[in-house]
Amino acid sequence: MMNSEPVLQLENLVKRYDREVLNIERLTLHRGKIYGIIGPSGSGKSTLLRIVNLLVKPDQGVIRYFGRSYNGAGDTLFLRRQMTLVFQKTLLFKTTVFENVAYGLKARGFKKREIRDRVYVLLDKVGLRGMAHRQAGTLSGGEAQRVALARAIAFEPKLLLLDEPTANLDPANVELMEKLILDRKMTADMTIAMVTHNIFQARRVADEVIFLYNGRVAEMGNVEQVFTAPQNPQTREFIEGRMIY
Amino acid sequence: MSKLLEGILEAFRLIITLDPYLMQIVRLSLQVSGTAIILSTLLGVPLGTWLGMCEERKTRLINKIIYTLMGLPPVVAGLLIYLLLSRQGPLGVLGLLYTPVAMVAAQVALASPIVTGLTMVGIRSRGREVEEAARTLGASPLLTAWTVVRECRFSILGAVVTGFGRVVAEVGAVMIVGGNIEGRTRVMTTAIVLETGKGHYELAIGLGLILLAIYFVINSLLYHFQKEKP
Repeated sequence: MMNSEPVLQLENLVKRYDREVLNIERLTLHRGKIYGIIGPSGSGKSTLLRIVNLLVKPDQGVIRYFGRSYNGAGDTLFLRRQMTLVFQKTLLFKTTVFENVAYGLKARGFKKREIRDRVYVLLDKVGLRGMAHRQAGTLSGGEAQRVALARAIAFEPKLLLLDEPTANLDPANVELMEKLILDRKMTADMTIAMVTHNIFQARRVADEVIFLYNGRVAEMGNVEQVFTAPQNPQTREFIEGRMIY
Repeated sequence: MSKLLEGILEAFRLIITLDPYLMQIVRLSLQVSGTAIILSTLLGVPLGTWLGMCEERKTRLINKIIYTLMGLPPVVAGLLIYLLLSRQGPLGVLGLLYTPVAMVAAQVALASPIVTGLTMVGIRSRGREVEEAARTLGASPLLTAWTVVRECRFSILGAVVTGFGRVVAEVGAVMIVGGNIEGRTRVMTTAIVLETGKGHYELAIGLGLILLAIYFVINSLLYHFQKEKP
């Protein structure tokens, strides 16, 4: 199957803290696909998302967004508005649920009416319409994470980065979140990169799987191919639950 | 004991009848300390926000200086402003010594490090996360800064209220630079010192009660901010 246009291309991307945490020779994400990023703790999954989202600067390497290379200089606002990141630890602003979901839309100058329409559609989708005027701080963990996802999807980013969005959620909330991610009416044009510890979730949700090991892409490919016939011994160990980390 | 009781009764009478001398002192105190805290807020909140958002290792020295200035003794602040404004000082030509302006300057020197330092601590505890969340949602730098301040508003208000509490109750600095001149630079704290020395306990007690009432309001506000909404 032909790949659609590239949304993100990484080349020789290196990040070091006290040791090297990321070293990606080459990685390309294509438009409209869902990527599951898996790997043991400390393999660089979250760092990768933070670099892509311009929250952390890499030490070296080339990043191309939508075919244009980014060198870390100049105004990044336009670029930042094409993507977003949902953190594992949700941070909702100390205001109402409605205002939280509306935040990105307001930042982009959407009209009031459109903001209202979009927010209510999304709150319907995440089952929180009745809570629109509740203070965000009073929500449960699952509700808060659903609001965070609705807030991220509201402005239809081209690249949606999810860092363990369902960690610590109960099964019902996990199912709701996965449904929303897989609702391609909502996320039709989005490329989604989701870090998850849960390999079953990666299999359920992703089109393609990226297995990171020691900061490197050890394996990448179609989800069924990676899960049924992994080429890399570490991938096999990880998938079969034999890897201790 | 009877003298103390008489003093308290007379103090209440002065407060209830809104004694002009007492009221004039209270008014000037609130004007001086109010102006000082407004200026300290304008100075300390942006600086504290900026410091709170910076990486701690890059601002270590500035942090230490601010923490030191937070404990600046009022008499030392008064002495510094006095030396600046005295006739031989660099700003002596302005003729501001023994005026309310000099008292405001001394109180700004005392309150701004407190407002800056406490704002910095408040921003540091949550500001970085808020900044990242705002940036990932496409906020401009201005909107990001506004979001950080808004999210940390209770800490910032707490810092301002604490700063006001510090200056309204201080005596050393305003005594040195204000001179405790009746009708011009006499504020509650300096009046209490003077009236106690003269044996006029009723006025001193009355002013003390008003000062306590102001403190009660300040602490109630602080309590309210600390029990912030979720």
